[in-house]
Amino acid sequence: MAMKGIFNYFRSPRQGSAKVAKERLQVIVARERSHRSGPDYLPALHRELLEVIRKYVQVGDEAVQMSLENQGDCEILEVNITLSEPERQG
Amino acid sequence: MARIVVITSGKGGVGKTTTSAAVATGLALEGHKTAVIDFDVGLRNLDLIMGCERRVVYDFVNVINGDANLRQALIKDKRTDNLFILPASQTRDKDALTEEGVEKVLDELSQEFDYIVCDSPAGIERGAMMAAYFADEAIVVTNPEVSSVRDSDRMLGILSSKTRKAERGEGPLPAKLLLTRYSPERVERGEMLSVDDVTEILSIDMLGVIPESQSVLNASNAGMPVILDEESDAGQAYRDAVARFLGEDRPHRFLTTQKKGLFGRLFRG
Ligand SMILES: Nc1ncnc2c1ncn2[C@@H]1O[C@H](COP(=O)(O)OP(=O)(O)OP(=O)(O)O)[C@@H](O)[C@H]1O
Ligand SMILES: [Mg+2]
Repeated sequence: MAMKGIFNYFRSPRQGSAKVAKERLQVIVARERSHRSGPDYLPALHRELLEVIRKYVQVGDEAVQMSLENQGDCEILEVNITLSEPERQG
Repeated sequence: MARIVVITSGKGGVGKTTTSAAVATGLALEGHKTAVIDFDVGLRNLDLIMGCERRVVYDFVNVINGDANLRQALIKDKRTDNLFILPASQTRDKDALTEEGVEKVLDELSQEFDYIVCDSPAGIERGAMMAAYFADEAIVVTNPEVSSVRDSDRMLGILSSKTRKAERGEGPLPAKLLLTRYSPERVERGEMLSVDDVTEILSIDMLGVIPESQSVLNASNAGMPVILDEESDAGQAYRDAVARFLGEDRPHRFLTTQKKGLFGRLFRG
């Protein structure tokens, strides 16, 4: 017991697993917030983009992937459109 | 008109029922006529924590279904004036809590009470949504542990968009955090998230910090809300939290270990 006491005494206080927990939580909470707190127009934008694309190409709902990210004071909307290979039309 | 307060968390077993019993009793002790409702359909437990399990005749779902009226179902607390309990149903039917039914009961209670405290079940399913939907404000119970903190953040997201207040465009539900089962020893050893860590991660007001305490188990064994144990650290921390809830400015206590000298540290058990 005394050994453990000495060990604890000389160890700096914030070296335990709590530090890792905090860092992991900050990352995951930020990511989950940006997903759910995206602007209200995102679902509508997603739907309309699909409609426009479908005028030219047959695609499923998953063809358009969108994600909103903050980088510094810059907000970046990333839109990925995946066209399935064989069905591409001129 | 009563103020409706939901005690919620997302994650299970973090202390919602303990907190509901303590907060409702604390509000009643301050002279506010208070009803506490168990929304945990199928897993009734608030009655045990409040020590009134043998007096349950009718429950929340009986009232919703019109099998009993509120006067018959409400249990008057034996220890504390101004305090009434509406027990959960033991039915397995998870759809027993209808939105119209819950609204009707809350409206009727609102005529007579100052506060209605809703003890939410865990999760984000129907029971938890119903407990939160009509609330005027929320107390989110969190343990200093990764999954509990993450679930609290999810719950905060739900509270700010899926409640009646939010749907009416009246803005997000005001919510405060109650950090429970806090162990200053473990925080100081760097093994547990600190109050500051959790506040920083969730960026939300801290209503109170309840220490991990044997007195909570003792109180639940006896069927007495821990806030009535005035000697205990947890009981006092709950009193402070209720005072803050009512607008008083009180410093947080029980956040640090009793400082031991080097000698004490060396011979710590
Ligand atoms: N401050 C505390 N110190 C020690 N033990 C506590 C503390 N708070 C709660 N507990 C214990 O944690 C357990 C869960 O508490 P409680 O039933 O209040 O949680 P809950 O969130 O209502 O659970 P559920 O999600 O199942 O409804 C109980 O055994 C209780 O005694
Ligand atoms: Mg509970």
